[in-house]
Amino acid sequence: MDLLRAIFIDPFAQMIGSPDLLAQTIWEGFVGGVLYALIALGFVLIFKASGVFNFAQGIMMVFAALTLVGLHEKGVPAWVALILTIAVMYALAVGIERLVLRPLVNQPDIILFMATFGITYFLIGLGELVFGGNPKSMITKELFLPGGSIDLHIPGGRVQLQKLDIAAAAVALIMVAGLALFFQKTRIGRALRAVADDHQAALSVGISLNQIWVIVWFTAGVVALATGIFWGARSDVSFALQVVALKALPVLILGGLTSVPGAIVGGLIIGIGEKLGEFYWGPLLGGGIESWLAYIIALAFLLFRPQGLFGEKIIERI
Amino acid sequence: MFYREAGQYKTTYAADMAIFPIRQDRYGLALILLIAFVAIPAFGNQFLINTMMIPFLILSLAAIGLNLLTGYTGLLSLGTGAFMGVGAYACYKLETFFPQVNILVWIVVSGFVSALVGVAFGLPSLRIKGFYLAVATLAAQFFLEWCFARVPWLVNYNDSGAIEVPSETLFGLSVTGPTATPVTRYLVVLTIVAAMAWIASNIVHGRIGRMWMAVRDMDIAAELIGIRLLRAKLLAFAVSSFYVGVAGAMMVFLWLGAAEAEAFNIDLSFQILFMIIIGGLGSIVGAFFGATIIHLLPIALRALPAMVGLSIDAARIDQLTFMITGILIIVFLIAEPHGLARLWQTAKQKLRVWPFPY
Repeated sequence: MDLLRAIFIDPFAQMIGSPDLLAQTIWEGFVGGVLYALIALGFVLIFKASGVFNFAQGIMMVFAALTLVGLHEKGVPAWVALILTIAVMYALAVGIERLVLRPLVNQPDIILFMATFGITYFLIGLGELVFGGNPKSMITKELFLPGGSIDLHIPGGRVQLQKLDIAAAAVALIMVAGLALFFQKTRIGRALRAVADDHQAALSVGISLNQIWVIVWFTAGVVALATGIFWGARSDVSFALQVVALKALPVLILGGLTSVPGAIVGGLIIGIGEKLGEFYWGPLLGGGIESWLAYIIALAFLLFRPQGLFGEKIIERI
Repeated sequence: MFYREAGQYKTTYAADMAIFPIRQDRYGLALILLIAFVAIPAFGNQFLINTMMIPFLILSLAAIGLNLLTGYTGLLSLGTGAFMGVGAYACYKLETFFPQVNILVWIVVSGFVSALVGVAFGLPSLRIKGFYLAVATLAAQFFLEWCFARVPWLVNYNDSGAIEVPSETLFGLSVTGPTATPVTRYLVVLTIVAAMAWIASNIVHGRIGRMWMAVRDMDIAAELIGIRLLRAKLLAFAVSSFYVGVAGAMMVFLWLGAAEAEAFNIDLSFQILFMIIIGGLGSIVGAFFGATIIHLLPIALRALPAMVGLSIDAARIDQLTFMITGILIIVFLIAEPHGLARLWQTAKQKLRVWPFPY
């Protein structure tokens, strides 16, 4: 009885009792969710266009952030470093398309999935070799990212919002809007959607798959860079950040592997759910439940919708 | 020249369906077993046995287990590391509760505990497929890993929070704990792995194996020809987790000697998955090939610069090892997406018809 009370009544009483704490927790979950959503966005872009479940997205994020900071440490001005990093991500996209995707075209999904593990290992080794394995701090000032925080007064107390988090949410919003426009309005965007729909049909109307893949991987690389900047600013830029990318996987399956809005909604559900769970129910279980709660939430959703919230309906034929 | 099956007539159905129908294959296997059971213990040094052979065998067993699930039944799992952990912790609990019982009994029984947990986490597989299932098994991985770290009952409330293997004897010889010699442990591991590989090979060649492969190739079609999907999939989870659990118990009791929760983290799951993909999905011998590449290759790469007289510092070697491993994974996949087992098949076929091309 006490246990039931501790699970079903006490946390809610706590929420109502101190709305400022609740609002703060939700805000933190929201920001975390936005950043998860950004990583998931990179996954979705690549999965839609090439059917590759890109495990390397997490390491691409770390690699991009590391390149940016590493170049800056070597004395390159921040904006030049930013452009150079984008150039590096482009080179990476071309390299991956030429050396990995093209020879492996038409192979089963799991083989391509495995190949992205190869990319992951390669990038870990390369990143450490060139920039060293020590954690670095993100160059927030040089990139004109705001610091400090603002206090928001709400009935029952106040909520502290980090300016950096607001900037992250804003950038995420702009990026998603930009991508949506790019997909809907431009010629390349149309080609991308055609490829996502049906590879062979796209080929037959004269769309170059190889070119599209480079564009998609490059876009995912830029998204990875943006994500890396904000995650790097919240903690340090190190290979440990890769673990964050694993958190994007439940986001991805919750939203559906092929849906951009799904990635956003999934990110927010996971982000907020995780923080609320950790804060209100975590102490019951001894804390640290953040590591698996996201997966359990995603699993619960999947049991009812096996293709994710926004995924395409799975139609199976013999 | 030597690999000819001409003149080997099969007069019974059983002989035709044998796992090694060609006489030379049987001799080859006998030779390998002879080397493994006699030559390596007799002439191998500590490094060969402790650092290379014991982990190689244990990881191979785990890879066989995962291959039954992923390669034969088509259910992608990323929770292997956690299921190895279940085996290890179950073995530790049983061993400390009933220390008088033979350790081998507990290693096998802990496999059954792992099988039960595997079935529980395999339940969603009926509705969830493909990569969605892979992420669902990650739930098992992270949840179980959290349990290992946070439930002190699992390690008998000891201070270190880790499994500490007690000394146990078998027929008067010490097999676990600090007093056991590497050779004894190696022979115990080898016996278990050889026996279980033989059983696995029989399972996949029989009715159950065919049922699993039908489910892998298309589960709706399998259902239509009368295979009960729930049973087939859960059986695959159970048998696979059994193998993986036994491998986990052996990993702690016969190889590491002590283990914390981190020993069973997601990297271990990925490592085992690499083994079966590189080695060949749906192949028992592929699991051994994969374990050779994934476990022994980094060791070889680390030893290589010293051998050719280059002196590179350790951190740099680690980074280069990472890069080279990554490149090799991609090269292997491009060269033969069906894994080393397929390469082996091709080589044998070439040898069979040599000197003619076909």
